[in-house]
Amino acid sequence: MAKLLTESDVRHIATLSRLQLSDNEIAMMTEELSAIVGYVDQLSEVDVEGVVPTAHAVEVQNVFRDDVVRDSIGADKALANAPEREETFFKVPKVLDQDTV
Amino acid sequence: MTTARDISKSVRDGNATAVDTAKSALNAIAEQDEELGAFVCVCEEHALAQAERIDAMAADERKKLSLAGVPIALKDNICTEFAPTTCASKILDTFKPPYSAHVTEKLVDAGAIIVGKTNLDEFAMGSSTENSAKCITRNPWDRDRVPGGSSGGSAVSVASGMTPIALGSDTGGSIRQPASLTGVVGLKPTYGRVSRYGLVAFGSSLDQIGPFARTVEDAALLLNVIAGADSRDSTCVSADVDDYVASLSEPITGKKIGIAREYFGEGLADGTRKQVEAALDKLRELGAETVEIKLPLTKYGIACYYLIATAEASSNLARYDGVHYGHRSQDAGDIVEMYSASREEGFGPEVKRRIMLGTYALSSGYYDAYYLRAMKVRTLLRRDLENAFAKVDVICSPVTPDTAFKIGEKSSDPLAMYLADVYTITANLAGIPAMSVPCGFDGAGLPVGLQLMGPAFSEAMLLNVAHQYQIYTNHHERVPS
Repeated sequence: MAKLLTESDVRHIATLSRLQLSDNEIAMMTEELSAIVGYVDQLSEVDVEGVVPTAHAVEVQNVFRDDVVRDSIGADKALANAPEREETFFKVPKVLDQDTV
Repeated sequence: MTTARDISKSVRDGNATAVDTAKSALNAIAEQDEELGAFVCVCEEHALAQAERIDAMAADERKKLSLAGVPIALKDNICTEFAPTTCASKILDTFKPPYSAHVTEKLVDAGAIIVGKTNLDEFAMGSSTENSAKCITRNPWDRDRVPGGSSGGSAVSVASGMTPIALGSDTGGSIRQPASLTGVVGLKPTYGRVSRYGLVAFGSSLDQIGPFARTVEDAALLLNVIAGADSRDSTCVSADVDDYVASLSEPITGKKIGIAREYFGEGLADGTRKQVEAALDKLRELGAETVEIKLPLTKYGIACYYLIATAEASSNLARYDGVHYGHRSQDAGDIVEMYSASREEGFGPEVKRRIMLGTYALSSGYYDAYYLRAMKVRTLLRRDLENAFAKVDVICSPVTPDTAFKIGEKSSDPLAMYLADVYTITANLAGIPAMSVPCGFDGAGLPVGLQLMGPAFSEAMLLNVAHQYQIYTNHHERVPS
């Protein structure tokens, strides 16, 4: 049974995704995502009882390295692509209102 | 067209200079690329400096370089410290990586000359290279048609002879499908065979970098350079790397080739089926034996893939927030608005769609029904293949249900575009190596590819079978006019 999405579902997903979608995009996305979700719903036909999920196809294990200090790229290089910076910091718009501090 | 093998031999032997080979590739790009649109950036200064460095080397040093003076193109999601890396996205339009990818370093060390960065579907999400914020890339066999994707630019660079080799990345078929649609060789290695350090992440459990070439031998030569352990990618395996060129000439008599009915069913175009079946006849003539196998879960691959890949993408692309690098919206009040507006302005429609689908699949209330279930089906798909490889050495199939489609033909129906990935995605879900080798042309004169899949770390065997097929046929010698 296809679980069709509503516009309000899509608005909620857009908020979680941090995407400021336009009304037009919300309407289109509701239609497209409903079609795709309707399609992927076919996985409910597969019997997965007792099956262990695969996160990585090739067995991977934690890899440790020696705990020694290594060179890193340095502040100037790290900041070279920053949209806005001040001294050795990334600058962002205010995070909290004055009143809430 | 000259192969990477012959170019590097000439440069090593002192019969050609690296500056000349670099200039000849740069000239070819200048002449052809305005129409083809394969490149988003040409690295002339870097290429000539690297070529001069190779020419200035002592002869015995130059003799050690396996790709001495060979021009190569890199998909623009592979980081290069000397050139922007944009992923064909507005959000990374001005991004200059602070470091080069592992494969970039390996190529420079081997004497290859990186002449440019190639177009792709934004963040490698797509099967036509139409989802690019940069340009339209055209198929050299018919310029009204797509080259496939997402590594369409790299495929076209090789198919048109602008460079003899190129690198792409393959998350669900993004090397093999464009290789098939443009008539070149493309290989997706085993997951973990090639370091992903410096490859911009899309689906981290699926992504692999791999070679494009006209000949299987050149693909093997290039894989020799890029394969192997790298401590900067903890999923990169330390298993010994074979010499992929050394084993090419072995006979393939007695090799067991699996044919699964599920790969030849409804939806496969007649022109493609005919060429693939003819290729299987050739492999039998070479002494291989074909065996019928069953891969009953194949049809669930697309649903499984589009849940897992988008879930991983939604998480990987969370880093594009307008803080550390990339596009930042200018008209946002607070920080959350800044994130949302920057992402809205920076990402194209397909990337947004996939972030949304992935976020949905991972969200509270849907995680078990979608993401977790997809990971379990992934286990079953792997098991299907493991059972098959207990009986056969290689599985052969078409790469795509049909040959190259017209530009714009499928762009209004995202689901239809996803469905065409049916033959390629299983290899990514199972982590196994798979390649496309040219096997003829359909009635419209468009290239058809034969897919070969093998068990994990069987690249040497796949290349051996593909090489024996290629030297027995002449499809790869035909070039677009």
